[in-house]
Amino acid sequence: MTDKKKKSTDPKTYKFDTLSLHAGYQPHKNAGSRQVPIYQTTSYLFDDVDHAAALFNLERGGHIYSRISNPTVAVLEERVAALEGGTAALATSSGMSAIFLTVMTLCEAGDHLVVSSQLYGGTVNLFRLTLPKFGIKCTFVKPRDTQGFKKAIQKNTKGIFGELVGNPGNELMDMPEVAKIAHDAGIPLMIDATYQTPYLCKPIDHGADIVVHSLTKWMAGHGSSMAGILVEGGKFDWMQNDKFPTMTTPYEGYHGLSFAEEFGPTAFTMKARAEGMRDFGPCLSPQNAWNVLQGIETLSVRMQKHCSNAEKMVEYLLSNESVAWVSHPSVPDHPDHELAKKLLPNGKGSMIAFGIHGGKEAGEAFINNVKLASHLANVGDTRTLVIHPASSTHSQMDEATLKFAGLSQDMIRLSVGIEDFEDIRNDFEAGFRAARKPRLVSNQ
Amino acid sequence: MKFKVNDVEVFASTGGRPFDKKKPLIIFVHGSGLTHMTWVLQTRYFAFHGYSVLALDLPGHGLSGGQSLKSIEEMADWISEVIEAVGYKEASLVGHSQGCLVIIECAFRHPKKIKTLSLMGGAGAIPMNPELLSLAENNDTKAVDLMMDWAHGPAGHFGGHPVPGLYHINTGGMLAKSRTIKNTLGVDFRACDNYKNGFEAAKKIKIPTLSILASGDKMCPVKEGKKLADLIEGSQVEIIDNCGHMMLLEEADQVLKVLKKFILTNFPVQKN
Repeated sequence: MTDKKKKSTDPKTYKFDTLSLHAGYQPHKNAGSRQVPIYQTTSYLFDDVDHAAALFNLERGGHIYSRISNPTVAVLEERVAALEGGTAALATSSGMSAIFLTVMTLCEAGDHLVVSSQLYGGTVNLFRLTLPKFGIKCTFVKPRDTQGFKKAIQKNTKGIFGELVGNPGNELMDMPEVAKIAHDAGIPLMIDATYQTPYLCKPIDHGADIVVHSLTKWMAGHGSSMAGILVEGGKFDWMQNDKFPTMTTPYEGYHGLSFAEEFGPTAFTMKARAEGMRDFGPCLSPQNAWNVLQGIETLSVRMQKHCSNAEKMVEYLLSNESVAWVSHPSVPDHPDHELAKKLLPNGKGSMIAFGIHGGKEAGEAFINNVKLASHLANVGDTRTLVIHPASSTHSQMDEATLKFAGLSQDMIRLSVGIEDFEDIRNDFEAGFRAARKPRLVSNQ
Repeated sequence: MKFKVNDVEVFASTGGRPFDKKKPLIIFVHGSGLTHMTWVLQTRYFAFHGYSVLALDLPGHGLSGGQSLKSIEEMADWISEVIEAVGYKEASLVGHSQGCLVIIECAFRHPKKIKTLSLMGGAGAIPMNPELLSLAENNDTKAVDLMMDWAHGPAGHFGGHPVPGLYHINTGGMLAKSRTIKNTLGVDFRACDNYKNGFEAAKKIKIPTLSILASGDKMCPVKEGKKLADLIEGSQVEIIDNCGHMMLLEEADQVLKVLKKFILTNFPVQKN
């Protein structure tokens, strides 16, 4: 095929960086405003009674009340759907509310989920302790135990949930294989891809059906605003079996609407909004949506710097005498290195877990003595962040759960920022010097 | 709802309301490779306002059974059979793109059954780009990507879906990929390419006809739509600015406004 011929069959749809800046928004429909306006309003005028009825009946698209939808938030939703290769998205007040809304849209009392054991501590608690209060039970499976996901599926299982790269241990789930297991069982795969952002991995391309994010992290980057989102892949056939009656049969709560019949590839998002936002209401504020949009504009540029700094950091840590072990998918002897090369071709992310010689005491000394790196309970900020999970994010777990989640007392979780690497390294030198001190003292 | 035509199961959305044979019937016919879901922002209005609505999945498409029909003429006859199968003698037809060819041919072949025609992004002929046709017949997903690219105007490419949170191009693409591409899009494209009777059929149409065209439509440009409309006696033309071929979703409110006025005038609900 000649170049000329090739050109004629190449779609001209916008690519990632362009979508990061433009998707979801048309200035000419917003008074020519080049920047997305912040619609700081609770509610929207109806043209007449017929228009109001049409909006409530889902006859027409549009906004009614900002708990359900808001024009600024809708730009963010479309933008993330476009970047993820999804059909639709629904933004929420936080990543946790996105997960909760996803589960409550999918499940009813009496249902069961199969869940990766390597998750953010708050997510573990949701699945382990809170969802059972709603009659939803979960079986935890280690992310590398691919066949374990299959074995854990029961008759009433409604889905599989996991983080692609587990928090904080950096264990990868073989997403394409787990997706196949889920689909063979007629259930969807839900992936929390907060660590990756769509710049590093689009889970939908690898079989995921629902993707959730804490937008608070790398997507926003600035660490100023809480936000979450669920994105629908649109491929899952809700009507293939009778497991999802609230998707496929007339729903009393919406004039007998069958979401799957009426909305097909966007059915899950439509239900999550129409039912979930109406009844639970974890809506995102337009100001926070706007703040997140500012971050997304530079997503690919930031992610490249995050990843290059992370690779330099891995190299530095591997050669550091104070470091006992380093876990990052870029390390050749990481158990999931080959899988990471396949699923994360644009970079392996900026989350590093490492162990420090001297255990808990040394870890505490390190954290107390770094000055540039911030000690706090967040990840994915543009600034470098450190934390000791066993005493903070995962502190509500008992010893056995901690072990099952792949955590150890000497583990430090590091979210590498985009500062000049030399400055981060110098800061860590100071931290390691302090970490070595108590050990020397105790040896005397 | 589901019903049978020639022993083959047919799916049609009724716009979220029960199908009621006492109400006048509007049938919506989707474009190449797509499904009933493209009509969601028109059908529900009419279903909630006194009409019985059938947004069909053509055979072999969406949730319908059977194999895709290989010619526009077969599809036109099938629409006529649908009207009978659901217990009606007449209906008003709304089509998009390929669906316009189907309903023009249906009105030509079965004039007594059809009360009005509403054509969206229609033309008298839709010759296919040979490379696009070849990609679709060879089951290449690039055919869908190209169709989504060419079919969408600014709203599709940038965004601004009337339903908050939905992204046009990926939603349309997913609809077109929901069944095997060569068996839906490939067969449909070939049927469009082969169809030659559009202009002749148009000359014979004597029922109220509306053409909704879009200024940015690359697949059925305004010029082609007008050429067809000029042949239909008394036909009405409405042009939507800054919009592509997927006008029924990209500018759903404008389309509904024009369609409402036309249907309510020419095919009104009879009040007791």
